Amino acid sequence: MATIITDMFDYEFMNNAFAAAGIVALVSGIVGYFLVLRGQTFAGHALSHIGFAGATGAGLIGLAPLWGLLGFTLAAGIVMGALSERISNRDVAIGVVLALALGFGLLFLHYHTSIATQATALLFGNVLAVDRNMIVTLAALSIVTLLALAAIMRPLVFSSLQPELAEAKGVSLRLVSTAFFAVVALAVSECAQIVGVLLVFTLMVGPPAAAQRVTTRLWSGLALAAVIALAEAWLGIVIAFHTDWPVSFCIAVLSAFGYFACLSIPQHARAHTH
Amino acid sequence: MTAVIELDHTTIRIGGRSILADASFAIRAGEFIGVLGPNGAGKTTLMRAILGLLPPSKGRVLVFGRAPQRGDPAIGYLPQVRTVLPDLRVRGLDFISASLHGECWGLPHLSSIDRTMIEVTLEAVGAQELAYRPLAEMSGGERQRLLLAQALLGNPKLLLLDEPLISLDARHQEVAIDVVRKACRERGITVLFSAHELNQLIGTLDRVLYLGNGQAALGTVEEVVTAPVLSRLYGTEIHVLRADGHIFVMSRGRDVEHTDHLHDHGHHHH
Repeated sequence: MATIITDMFDYEFMNNAFAAAGIVALVSGIVGYFLVLRGQTFAGHALSHIGFAGATGAGLIGLAPLWGLLGFTLAAGIVMGALSERISNRDVAIGVVLALALGFGLLFLHYHTSIATQATALLFGNVLAVDRNMIVTLAALSIVTLLALAAIMRPLVFSSLQPELAEAKGVSLRLVSTAFFAVVALAVSECAQIVGVLLVFTLMVGPPAAAQRVTTRLWSGLALAAVIALAEAWLGIVIAFHTDWPVSFCIAVLSAFGYFACLSIPQHARAHTH
Repeated sequence: MTAVIELDHTTIRIGGRSILADASFAIRAGEFIGVLGPNGAGKTTLMRAILGLLPPSKGRVLVFGRAPQRGDPAIGYLPQVRTVLPDLRVRGLDFISASLHGECWGLPHLSSIDRTMIEVTLEAVGAQELAYRPLAEMSGGERQRLLLAQALLGNPKLLLLDEPLISLDARHQEVAIDVVRKACRERGITVLFSAHELNQLIGTLDRVLYLGNGQAALGTVEEVVTAPVLSRLYGTEIHVLRADGHIFVMSRGRDVEHTDHLHDHGHHHH
């Protein structure tokens, strides 16, 4: 067993994969916790699709996909937050924008054929191709994301749980919502580097949703969401290494398994206490 | 005694409709005011104006002798919960803790004084066992009790309670009224308590504020809950029957308060 594990670290791309996935998983679990708490997971999903258009568009003008992804998700996130604190919960509007964004992504691919080979990587991630520069970039982005989240966490929790009262107490719901969507945009951009724009849910929704099934305490829930995301990301890479299955597939399976496993826990707990 | 809340020829409009038109009244410190009236009469709107969320289009609203200030810590507020909380798997303690200094930036944290205050307040409302249960598993009544505890946190001087009895069972309605009455009498807190049912509050309230038809009538139950006054506020002919210490407000043979209440269930989640 020990050599099975240590063998992996003989490869630099594996070390890079573990580092990048680890950084991103922590951020995804923590930011995702609030996405689930606010019931805005679909909005988060839409942001990643908009990011796809940004990433392919960046290729057209000769930029790295990450910057296009970041620019588009940030802009879209700020618009979504600012338009209204309620629009982010409107499934139909979000669905239409989401489809439009994917359509534009396809158009940009059409005009820039050399990036077409990267399309799969953008959609489904390619953590095994991450290099040192990308790790440094992801680490820097993560620090910015977490610092921004820490700055708004108090009014964010308040306005997520009790919007009417928060408003009465002087919290600007719009400002908090806008700032939060900017944070989500950063996290989505990072997450897409690991599992791709189509599978950001595996790290941003699965682990926090599972964590909220296990604990109803705020801080424990946050910590657990980060730990579950980290465990699923790393375990996914290990399984992929030994099976030659795609990493994102392994993480997706673990994420679903983790969620459904935790879903069954509270029922047992309730049966015992009552 | 100076007025805690004063409306001076105040008009409040929402979307072109006058919710209150040229209304004037004053509420004194320490009064327990029952706020009644048909749906859409402006009970919630009045509270939002007092909170400083809705400026009057004409006239003045004065709270503690000055223009209302948004986020005034001297006001405790129990909003009528319009947001349907989804599968909210957060325990009661963290839910109400979020409201303490929730308007400040940074990471949430509470001092030991804050924690003790939460504990004492939960106990007063009989909600201590709710602290460790997730909101998703609470009944509407249990959530309501939690919100009442939250409104009492931080020693407010004025309590605005928007339909605090909704979805409470009879026993907990009594507990809720009792807790608020105690806070009012012992700590001298001024209370605005909106409700559908006048009868539960008759033994408790000092005066009643009846809203309807853009108008407001403030006075004792004997002064306000009369056929002429209510007919004016409802805009239809109203009969008031008194029997056995209870008061029934009837329109064409139907109990107005009860039909209102049933009606409201289909609407208050909008």
